[in-house]
Amino acid sequence: MGVPAIEIPTVSDPGLDEAVKTLTTERIQEVINRIISKETAARFRTYLNTCVHCGLCSDACHWFLSNDRDPRFSPVGKVKQTLWEILKKKGRVDPYFLRECSRIAHTECNVCRRCSMYCPFGIDIAYLLLVIRRICSECGMVPQFLQDTVNSHAVTLNQMWVKQDEWIDTLQWQEEEMRSEVPTVRIPLDKEGADVFYSVIAPEPKILAQLIGNMALIMTVAGVDWTMPSFDGWDNSNMAMYSGDFEVMGRVERAHHEAALKLRAKRIVMGECGHAFRGAVYDGPRWLGWREPPVPVIHAVDFYHELIFSGKIKIARKFEEPVTVQDPCNIVRGRGLGQKLREIIQATCADFTPPEPAFEHNYCCGAGGGVINCGPPWKTSRVTGNRVKAEQLAATKAHIVITPCHNCHSGIEDVISVYKLGQHVKFFSEILVDVMEIPDELKAD
Amino acid sequence: MYEFASGPLVWIAFIVFLGGMTFQIVRMVQMAKKDKVIPYMSLKYGLRSLLHWVVPFASKNMRVRYEVTIVTFAFHLCLVLLPIFLTAHVAMFAFAWGARWATVSENLATFMTVLVILGGLFFLVRRLMLPEVRFVTSASDYLLLAIAAAPFVTGFAAHQQWFHYETMVLVHMISGAVMLMAIPFTRLSHMLFFPFTRAYMGSEFGAVRNAKDW
Repeated sequence: MGVPAIEIPTVSDPGLDEAVKTLTTERIQEVINRIISKETAARFRTYLNTCVHCGLCSDACHWFLSNDRDPRFSPVGKVKQTLWEILKKKGRVDPYFLRECSRIAHTECNVCRRCSMYCPFGIDIAYLLLVIRRICSECGMVPQFLQDTVNSHAVTLNQMWVKQDEWIDTLQWQEEEMRSEVPTVRIPLDKEGADVFYSVIAPEPKILAQLIGNMALIMTVAGVDWTMPSFDGWDNSNMAMYSGDFEVMGRVERAHHEAALKLRAKRIVMGECGHAFRGAVYDGPRWLGWREPPVPVIHAVDFYHELIFSGKIKIARKFEEPVTVQDPCNIVRGRGLGQKLREIIQATCADFTPPEPAFEHNYCCGAGGGVINCGPPWKTSRVTGNRVKAEQLAATKAHIVITPCHNCHSGIEDVISVYKLGQHVKFFSEILVDVMEIPDELKAD
Repeated sequence: MYEFASGPLVWIAFIVFLGGMTFQIVRMVQMAKKDKVIPYMSLKYGLRSLLHWVVPFASKNMRVRYEVTIVTFAFHLCLVLLPIFLTAHVAMFAFAWGARWATVSENLATFMTVLVILGGLFFLVRRLMLPEVRFVTSASDYLLLAIAAAPFVTGFAAHQQWFHYETMVLVHMISGAVMLMAIPFTRLSHMLFFPFTRAYMGSEFGAVRNAKDW
């Protein structure tokens, strides 16, 4: 055993504490045996039989690096403390042990997959931790805040308990806001056969509605034929994918794609969110048995790139403040959009300093993978678990961190405030509406 | 005993080794169907990833942990190649079957043996010293290292005429057979599975996610 360098404080979380009281070892064992025998196969077995316990994945993990190289935070260390123990005991583990599994798998791993790029065998360690999350979820052992978002998905098909009238009202409000600048701005609802079906994550109408307004302005200036649905399926986020409730994950992804199909949209453009993109493109379709998403899906970064480099959006002036970028795992390691992201930043910003490490090798923001959704109880461990991110951002000396992902945006905001970096976070759309040319004929008098 | 170790035991070892490997491959492919893995496999991206992980220093982690990379490549190359091209081994096959192939010189063989033993020692020390490795180490890890190193330690000792020569040769033969038979059924099976796990991750990163995994 390695010497534990730091004490991991016990965090009180009603989602976990209540589950400990009601669960039994027998129930846990039944769930574990069912999940492992019914839902795992080649990857699970082969990964476990191939891992030689070399520890070379450790240097990949921001949790490990930030916690003074404490071996409990290394990718394989997390697998050892959870899966290996479970298999050694043939699933006969007690509720307290399962609580530890949830802490490790739900709150101390961002399933960012950086470790797969450091494992000599390419073992998908994040997948093994998702199996643990699946087991925890089936046992009802999920951090309360995360489970609440899943409950919202299950009931409303969106993450934040947004009702349909609130959704439509928010869109109309944002449309009106933007009309003060460009009177022709419209957010066309339920338009059939549009070129673009635009979807967002539920926190946008709930707390960041101006982002929808930004997009309405961008779409209008670029002359895009677009629509948003007035009905369920508008939310492209998916926290069930991260809690381990794959049944709800499948329902949410199906609703999203079916909304686009119902409106016969040519393609789906997703807002600046990484996990939502992962859900819509990979995890969701795979669970549903679709090899590819039924409607082509592109991320906002890809879309902005198209608008800027096709000349549909012209840049009037460059953004002057020094900027750097957070390469979101799910669109850079998950879609290779790092180069396009740099191109749109260079087209719009005068002073860009790239981070180091970058592209696929960038560190996760620490918030992704559902970790930030575990809520305030886990904020301290999340931010102390990402000290390397603060060091990386500080080294760029940038004033603004461009984060084309909601989780990155919130996670990095926390890192900046706790480590007192004095920087600010912006979505790319905020930069774009600031610097793009609005033709005179579109402007309000 | 020597007759058994140099005859039937070799047969048994090779049959268990090859049979076990075949069994593991067949089982993996069957499970891969259930896992919805096969449709995502891409020859191009699988090979692209493999290439970056079988060429020394072609991946970032191999450059970061350069000392592990050097030892790992030397250890594995010698471990696989030496038994095949060792004069004494080729001579035994030639004696039994009349088949013969190229051999390495005695000096080179000794050098390669020493590399394997030193490599094994390096892995042992690393396991004991580095907290992140020690934390995930159990008795089985030491046992696997011992199984892999034993044929080389005993072969070296026999060649140097240390201890009782005949006994040492016998122990060497048995340890070689044990290693061969252990490969398909222990985590030494990374020899078999490594190309598949790497190629799958390469396929996911390359064909599905449009990204690099090295």
